[in-house]
Amino acid sequence: MAIEVDMMKKVPVSEQDPAKRAKNFDEVCLGYTEEEAMAEATRCLQCKNPKCVEGCPVRINIPGFIEKIKAGDHAGAYEVIGEASSLPAVCGRVCPQETQCEGRCIRGIKGEAVSIGKLERFAADWAAEHGISPVKKTEKKGKKVAVIGAGPSGLTCAGDLAKMGYEVTIFEALHKAGGVLVYGIPEFRLPKDKVVSKEIENVKALGVEIKTDYIIGRSETVDELMDAQGFEAVYIASGAGLPMFMHIPGEQALGVYSANEYLTRANLMKAYRDDYDTPINIGKKTVVVGGGNVAMDAARTALRLGSEVTVVYRRSEKELPARVEEVHHAKEEGIEFALLTNPVEILEDEEGLVKGIRVIKMELGEPDASGRRRPVEIPGSEYEIECDAVIMALGTTPNPLIPGTTEGLEITKKKCIVSDEETGATSRPGVFAGGDCATGAATVILAMGAGRKAAAGIDSYLSGK
Amino acid sequence: MYRILEAEVLADRTYRMVVHAPNVAHACEPGQFLIVRAKEESERIALTICDYDREKETVTIVFQTIGESSYRIAEFKAGDSFADVVGPLGNPAEYVKEPIEEVRKRHYLLVGGGLGTAPVYPQAKWLKDHGVDVDVIIGTRSRDTLIMEQEMIDAVGEEHVFVTTDDGSYKRHGMVTAVIEDLVKNEGRHYDRCVSIGPMIMMKFCVKMTKQLGIPTIVSMNPIMVDGTGMCGACRLVVGDEVKFACVDGPEFDGFLVDFDSAMKRMKLYKTEEGRRLLKYQEGSTHHGNCGNC
Repeated sequence: MAIEVDMMKKVPVSEQDPAKRAKNFDEVCLGYTEEEAMAEATRCLQCKNPKCVEGCPVRINIPGFIEKIKAGDHAGAYEVIGEASSLPAVCGRVCPQETQCEGRCIRGIKGEAVSIGKLERFAADWAAEHGISPVKKTEKKGKKVAVIGAGPSGLTCAGDLAKMGYEVTIFEALHKAGGVLVYGIPEFRLPKDKVVSKEIENVKALGVEIKTDYIIGRSETVDELMDAQGFEAVYIASGAGLPMFMHIPGEQALGVYSANEYLTRANLMKAYRDDYDTPINIGKKTVVVGGGNVAMDAARTALRLGSEVTVVYRRSEKELPARVEEVHHAKEEGIEFALLTNPVEILEDEEGLVKGIRVIKMELGEPDASGRRRPVEIPGSEYEIECDAVIMALGTTPNPLIPGTTEGLEITKKKCIVSDEETGATSRPGVFAGGDCATGAATVILAMGAGRKAAAGIDSYLSGK
Repeated sequence: MYRILEAEVLADRTYRMVVHAPNVAHACEPGQFLIVRAKEESERIALTICDYDREKETVTIVFQTIGESSYRIAEFKAGDSFADVVGPLGNPAEYVKEPIEEVRKRHYLLVGGGLGTAPVYPQAKWLKDHGVDVDVIIGTRSRDTLIMEQEMIDAVGEEHVFVTTDDGSYKRHGMVTAVIEDLVKNEGRHYDRCVSIGPMIMMKFCVKMTKQLGIPTIVSMNPIMVDGTGMCGACRLVVGDEVKFACVDGPEFDGFLVDFDSAMKRMKLYKTEEGRRLLKYQEGSTHHGNCGNC
């Protein structure tokens, strides 16, 4: 049956019913069918000067791949995306398209933007279902490059370098490759076996070797990789690092977690499954502090584990840094939001277990350095929220391990690795860095963009050598 | 996969294994630790490194069975393999990076309590091998629970090893704190540094004693950890009013600054959950008949 397309509106995508999905870890968004994708593809105006491409950190030829979908050439669409992105099935799911490609779409001026993310996801899933993977480069350059960290930035950089003919080894500290894609982003937003593992297999298919359980800065330093192991360049993509806390009374109480810990237990260690051993403490009532994507992931994970969940955020809904779609999904699933509210103390019982959180109401004052209006406490407005688990999702500070063990690697005041935005070059020749370890915590696609630029930077460095 | 070359029972619930782990063995130093995962579904658990052989690319681990995961590991025999062994993690002991002439000027007192005797061993060996004066106190519940006495004697000499048991069943009788006091006040020994590794409660009291005696003391903290690489934040501790992470800032800290009470409180976190898992593992079920208590 042909799908009727309203040119002003996106072809709707099916989602799991909120009441049902609040109790399982299956993917929320079901993705386009072939008919739906081909119908949505007809909405693309095929602009001569496509603004969407400018909005994409890895510069995917968006009109190019959409035209292929429209013509039913889905393998061709996958190939076009593959020229720019090593992880299309991931990006189609977790990129903030509304502020990037779709945010620039001309269709979006009068109506809704073309659903670029969902189309990208369709092409990538179609390729996976049909057993299509990227083709390995046969011409070798005979030069070795080391990549530290198998997260989105490292995988992208490694994939690009392998396509150019470099011999690439990724060193990953955890027992599994994927970085934040496996430990941070939950299954219901990014399926691990169906999507992440396959994308990683595709990077391996390009000839990239991934060594897990391998800690650079401990087992080997960056200098040893270059001096003793024959790597001519190194790309550091070691990720964001340690969680921040608020430094309020009660933060050491039992039942206070960082979002990193909570999500790592649930995602990487699969604590939500009975056949895995890692424990997770499930609260009856959980308070999540913070308003970013990580806060939404933690809140929705706690909900699925069986807890009632309230998100506490100090600014108003407009300032929530999380993607609109994630906030919308969280609300649909029954998560409460206490906005313009800030914790002042975590309350514990005689055993040291969390029994509540004392918060204070806030109002918005003058804009601060970030341009957002600064939240100011309303005197005398304190009250208590009863809860038995608190998850702090306040961001991270960089891991000191690599800067601390690499001679002459410059870091910023915030302890991020100093790297050139265009090439990824650091203060050390041959050493490049990008992603969260250089920028502080950001998004998957920005980390991938940095990986892509660094691959080009490394290529030009090694070509000139 | 990381193959187990030797596996033996040292004492009640205490096991020793030699594991082939080249990435750990070629770089580890005293003071560092590692993480193992028995198999795909297992927890990551942090264990101390008790010895290492760079040529054979092996590390020796000593552990006690506490929860489900350690029971599973204890069932491993020589020839079996761990899914993962990752490390070395944490910082080496401070003296490893200091100029050795400075370290040689000091007299060291190492205190190992129970299982803590195992990570004290590579420290004792390192210091002795580098010509540093070192005495070792081993504290344990009773003769049956004593581990590694002979290895320690072989490493530093019989006259430098002092064993004490809580129940008086072997050698000295009493807590390690009493031995420390005895050695300093009654036997005329002088120490410039103490390194204390063992149960938190022991380290807490050990530090109380060394503070009175004016001996700067390093303690090795082993809080709950998940990744162990500086990501999850589970191992946070209060040290001198600052939040520190045992995995990247430690595991060794200035004992005078550690808030032991809050650290001990946090250790309880997974007791119930872990206890249930253990029950399920040993008896096949945690549900014994709708008692309503669990």
